[in-house]
Amino acid sequence: MFGQILFITMALVIVVTSIGVVAVRNPVRSALNLVANFFALAVLYLFLYAQFVAAVQIIVYAGAIMVLFLFTIMLLNLGSPSELSERGDLKRPVTWGLALLFVIVLAGGIFVRLGEAQPTADDLGTVQMVGKFLFTDWVYPFELTSILLLIAIVGAIVMAKRRL
Amino acid sequence: MEELLNNQWIVIPLRIIIVVGFVLAAVPVLTWVERRVLALMQIRKGPNRVGPAGLLQPVADGIKLFFKEDVLPERVDRFIYFLAPAGFLIPVLCAPAVIPWGSDDRLTPIADVNIGILFLLAMTSLTVYGIVLAGWSSNNKYSLLGGLRASAQTISYELAMGLSIISVVLLTGSLSMRDMVLNQQGSLGLLNWHVFRFFPLGLIATGIFLIAMLAETNRAPFDLPEAETELIAGYHTEYSSMKFAMFFMGEYASMVTISAVMVTLFFGGWLSPLPFAPFTWIPGPLWFLMKLGVFIYFFIWVRATLPRLRYDMLMKLGWLRLLPTALVNLFLVAIVLWWQK
Repeated sequence: MFGQILFITMALVIVVTSIGVVAVRNPVRSALNLVANFFALAVLYLFLYAQFVAAVQIIVYAGAIMVLFLFTIMLLNLGSPSELSERGDLKRPVTWGLALLFVIVLAGGIFVRLGEAQPTADDLGTVQMVGKFLFTDWVYPFELTSILLLIAIVGAIVMAKRRL
Repeated sequence: MEELLNNQWIVIPLRIIIVVGFVLAAVPVLTWVERRVLALMQIRKGPNRVGPAGLLQPVADGIKLFFKEDVLPERVDRFIYFLAPAGFLIPVLCAPAVIPWGSDDRLTPIADVNIGILFLLAMTSLTVYGIVLAGWSSNNKYSLLGGLRASAQTISYELAMGLSIISVVLLTGSLSMRDMVLNQQGSLGLLNWHVFRFFPLGLIATGIFLIAMLAETNRAPFDLPEAETELIAGYHTEYSSMKFAMFFMGEYASMVTISAVMVTLFFGGWLSPLPFAPFTWIPGPLWFLMKLGVFIYFFIWVRATLPRLRYDMLMKLGWLRLLPTALVNLFLVAIVLWWQK
């Protein structure tokens, strides 16, 4: 009962803030909506007994990435988005088309395939299980990702140094 | 009594009241202690007029803040301007929920979650929002600079802090704060604590955490975000009355929280330093509070002793000294653990 109320509240928060991210005109408020969204999502992960995923969601996304986003928005001091939009470009129709496609795929997934879905094991999101899978079945993708991140870091430094 | 302590509906609100109540009640006492100790160190008198030895000074300050005019600067983003102080204070008050104060797990922590230390890191990483948003929404260049400095500083020092915490996680083999304390229990007393483990590796990890904790709480010598001489008061320049008080409370509450983390991770939590008769009579929570007091004193002591760092020195210390040291230290801890196996 209590769990259900909490779930519905969090689901509503996610929906409202997701709309807020794209609908709000002020970029800082838009970013804040995204932070609230990540937070509510972390609570939903807790419902799935995925404590580790929930904590990492907050530490990495809300705590680090969104701080950098805010940092950038504040430093660039973006005005209202109307100043950024250009006339007669294809962005708007393409956006609508992609959104429609996404809704179709999602609806198809929910209404056609949902009956076949099986619940995963309860402890799949704990630290022990995530660690075990990362260092056994997924060790090569995991290490490759670290190389990819290293390349990105080196690239960022090289690009920044050129301008210094 | 036993029956009451086993009732979920009574014991969980009780835990919340104990922990949050303690942290909030510690704040006014701390402001008095800080002013008195600073005065002592600088051979001044400090507040000594209101009440015995100036003990009622925090009450007077509180009443003054409460009745002060609440100034709202022109052309601010009102919603964010009002949100920022709460966004700073609330994560600080949530963080101590996972810290155990004693061996009795019915009263503290509020929740002994199996990702305890990650929860703590998550909450402390959220405090930076309050500061950044306060700086931005105040519509004041000094505030903005303070906010930006704070976020850069927090992100930089969180890394070194995280790495020193990982060495404790390696030693314990668990992320639960209770397991971390129990791992330091042993017949050798304080020599079993993580700070003296694998000498000097534990000591280095403790030192890194000690420096990072000063930077995380924006205290001297890392108080650049609110450097009076450069930025007036940094991110809270434009705040007055109770909104300023919330920032003030948040800063002191985070001092209490991070000191409690320090005690739990490296200094044996509620365990007594000498595991024989007269020392074990003192209850665990009292030991915990005594250790907590030592680190609070350390905060004040450092403030009275060290001058503020320059911004480039701060970044150099964080990225070029602390981070590599923490990485090598973590690596060595892992090697020793592997070799022991």
